[in-house]
Amino acid sequence: MQRIGVFVCWCGSNIAATVDVAAVAEAAKLEPAVAFATDYQYMCSESGQSMIKDAVKEHNLTGIVIASCSPRMHETTFRKTAQAAGLNPYMVEIANLREQCSWVHKNKEEATEKAIVLMRTAVAKLTLNQPLIAGESSVTKRALVIGGGIAGIQTALDIADAGYEVDIVEKKPTIGGKMAQLDKTFPTLDCAACILTPKMVDVATNDKITIYSYSEVEEVKGFVGNFTAKIRRKARYVDEELCTGCGACTEKCPSKKNPNEFNMGLDNRTAIYIPFAQAVPKVPVIDAKNCIKFKTGKCGLCATVCPSNAIKYDQEDTFVEENYGAIVVATGFNPIKLDEFGELGYGQIPDVITSLEYERLMNAAGPTKGHVLRPSDGKKPKKIVFVQCVGSRGQSCREKGYCSKICCMYTAKHAILTKDHYPEMDVDVFYIDVRTPGKNYDEFYRRAVEEYDVNYIKGQVGKIYEENGKVMVQGSDMLGNKQLTVEADLVVLATAIEPDETARSIGTMLTASMDTNDFFTEAHAKLRPVESPTAGIYLSGVCQGPKDVPETVSQAGAAASKVIGLLAKDKLVGNPCVAGSNPLLCNGCGQCANVCPYGAISYVEEEVRGPGVREVRRYAVVNEAVCQGCGACTVTCPSGAMDLKGFTNRQIMAEVDAICK
Amino acid sequence: MQRIVDKINELFANGTVDRVLGWKVGEFSYDRTPYVFTKEGGLDGFAYDSFCANNLSKYLIAESRKEGKVLVLLKPCDTYSYNQLVAENRIKTENVYTVSIPCKGKVDVEKLKAMGMTGITDIVENGEELTVTTLYGDEKVNRCDVLCEKCLACQKTAKECDEAIEGEAYEKPHKDRFATVEELEAMSPEERFAFWRKELSKCIRCNACRNVCPACSYIKCVFDNDNSGIASKANTDEFQENMFHIIRAFHVAGRCTDCGECSRVCPQGIPLHLLNRKFIKEINELYGEYQAGDNTESRGPLTSFTKEDCEPSIVYEKGGK
Repeated sequence: MQRIGVFVCWCGSNIAATVDVAAVAEAAKLEPAVAFATDYQYMCSESGQSMIKDAVKEHNLTGIVIASCSPRMHETTFRKTAQAAGLNPYMVEIANLREQCSWVHKNKEEATEKAIVLMRTAVAKLTLNQPLIAGESSVTKRALVIGGGIAGIQTALDIADAGYEVDIVEKKPTIGGKMAQLDKTFPTLDCAACILTPKMVDVATNDKITIYSYSEVEEVKGFVGNFTAKIRRKARYVDEELCTGCGACTEKCPSKKNPNEFNMGLDNRTAIYIPFAQAVPKVPVIDAKNCIKFKTGKCGLCATVCPSNAIKYDQEDTFVEENYGAIVVATGFNPIKLDEFGELGYGQIPDVITSLEYERLMNAAGPTKGHVLRPSDGKKPKKIVFVQCVGSRGQSCREKGYCSKICCMYTAKHAILTKDHYPEMDVDVFYIDVRTPGKNYDEFYRRAVEEYDVNYIKGQVGKIYEENGKVMVQGSDMLGNKQLTVEADLVVLATAIEPDETARSIGTMLTASMDTNDFFTEAHAKLRPVESPTAGIYLSGVCQGPKDVPETVSQAGAAASKVIGLLAKDKLVGNPCVAGSNPLLCNGCGQCANVCPYGAISYVEEEVRGPGVREVRRYAVVNEAVCQGCGACTVTCPSGAMDLKGFTNRQIMAEVDAICK
Repeated sequence: MQRIVDKINELFANGTVDRVLGWKVGEFSYDRTPYVFTKEGGLDGFAYDSFCANNLSKYLIAESRKEGKVLVLLKPCDTYSYNQLVAENRIKTENVYTVSIPCKGKVDVEKLKAMGMTGITDIVENGEELTVTTLYGDEKVNRCDVLCEKCLACQKTAKECDEAIEGEAYEKPHKDRFATVEELEAMSPEERFAFWRKELSKCIRCNACRNVCPACSYIKCVFDNDNSGIASKANTDEFQENMFHIIRAFHVAGRCTDCGECSRVCPQGIPLHLLNRKFIKEINELYGEYQAGDNTESRGPLTSFTKEDCEPSIVYEKGGK
């Protein structure tokens, strides 16, 4: 018979204000297996833990129930306490009286009743606990970074700097991401390319970093320290080894009328192309959909002009399989599609463009060589209207509920740069609020208003339409308390941003949780902001939530430091709560191996001996070093042969019984 | 039937097989009992006709572990159960010789009884007509009016076997197998609950459904395993007893080939196949059409995982149906 101690924590007033903690302790004393019960203000404090250790010795306890906060908060703490008191650390059960009781209830009587049930449940489970010993697993000293934008680049550089191998997988033909498309960066107005491209070169030349460009992660298996990823290297039809990046092929390509993605479709590119001059790797890719050779079988001009015979029309997708200790998600963002915002005229009126398109218009390497010219007639506009919060901070289903965070600042930047180049131009900005927290950010915005005379109008835009060759912007001026119709030559929509469309499938592949907007969730919003709740998965950049370049770079460094912390370890202490099958019950049907995400289950055909049984059977065996204790096999097993240590079927049933009693 | 007998005798004679798993005429003239015929014992009492409804595949779990090779006669629907059992490593295929045989649907004697015929002494099959001899005189019925429930919606064609014996062409009845499930879905939760309470409370826990089910092939069923904590529970009160069938339906979900044996053997006439068909319908809707036992390779949708799988929120979206 176990001798259980129950320790009820007040958590200051967090629990004690809603739960009668003394009553819970008293109720515990009535449970048959309970030898000692008490309550205390802060069980996790030094004195609280001493109290537990003393009680274990004094009352000769075999296990302890801590009725406190969520096990995610302090289970490890109390396991250490138990160990220090001479108990097996797995003879600890936590009854969650805070997150699952006091914080969600108001009525003290009812909350106390529930708290007693939760305590009883933990006692019922603990009576069936067995001491467990944790094993160890190794760590592959190599990291995978998914996404080659500024977030992925910085993370990879920082990890490589610590001496570990890093692979970057980028789905586009070049690394660089969105930052490569930007003109200048706020609030210092240094040129994005000038600060990004040296980093891209650093990545390319770093012997610790391998870039898999034009590639996608197809499959991930394993667990923290021991992931295996399958990477699809899409056929680019150009041999990366042979190509010198001379560009002869792109000059000669006769298929010239394909929308240039890098310039947001504002100009055209050839079917074989290098996305931009500083691309890394500087190897062209053939857009097979528009390539004449692929469409008709005739042409092959690029192969003819290539001095190094690098063009390979018969290239096929190849696969790379590599082992990793840690995976960093840096999948970034895209501006939302504006199809559902018909009233703003985007797509119908040529002179209504998005801010990323404006970014390309202002860029010296862009389609207009940095001159602001309207897409409709190539003329210089006299008046530009910027509209903020397009698709952000809305409540309807077409809008995002969140603030995209970067738009206030880049709109101020656009306004300043425009006025700087063209002081005679008129610039209006429609805004809901101007949000400029950040070092030198508000000063920057004030410069737009005060030095550059940008006309900020507080109000939203309801309609944009064309009249007499002008773009008419109908909106409200809330400070002036009137409706306005502004006559503009060019309208720039500060479009909301959303996670990249691949984020959801990558999240599923990594079993990393996401929020309803498809941003990756962090392990703790404040204390573990760069880690996913899934061990070994780290978050970098906008995939976790909207952020600007400086924030992205800081987070990238933080994620790298967490990865380095993991890769620096030689062994990881495993989780002893692993599965095991009972050969007397197992049928070898194979379903558990089917659902095991870690490949931890195999089958043997061996003699089984038991009461009245002696025969050769096929049954499941679990590799405990690989098992992560997810429990998928135990719920799949139709005969109840598979069980999870620390969470056995009997323990779970005992908990249910305790609740129903 | 003669072609089957000839084939068996041929295979006995050339030493391909040692035993045959087939049907034998039982106590009543319409009783057909699964039986293992041996080379030595011959085919005395062997029958194959409209009354051989039993799915023989499950017997192979034990038979295939014995010495020598066993020939099994599989109706089209049984070939699926066979494949599923092979997929679950329950049958030692090297000891089995499979022969697919034609089927025109099987007669449910219970349906005759429900028509008011009692004291049946003999049933003679003549084409599509059955002559039922009872203590109170002869009656004639159409075969298609008294087919087993499982045969009414059967669209299965035989999967590949070692040997196939073809039958004459035959037009199958065309009942939508999900029609009743849809009727149940259309009910309010209260009505549905009442329906199942009424049906399931007829259960006498004879375990016939479990014992006949090819998916319930476990060495030790959770209901027999004291350690599972379920065995005793299901006996404690009437409601928990009802849960027996629901737990069973969950256990066979994704593996049930819809062979319909559970309902056929239920002495209380509980439409147990509806529980399984509900699962099959859900699986088809959520993961795309899936037929368990279609081959011996594929992982069932419930034990495989793809990025396209529906999210758990589907439960809320669909409501309590």
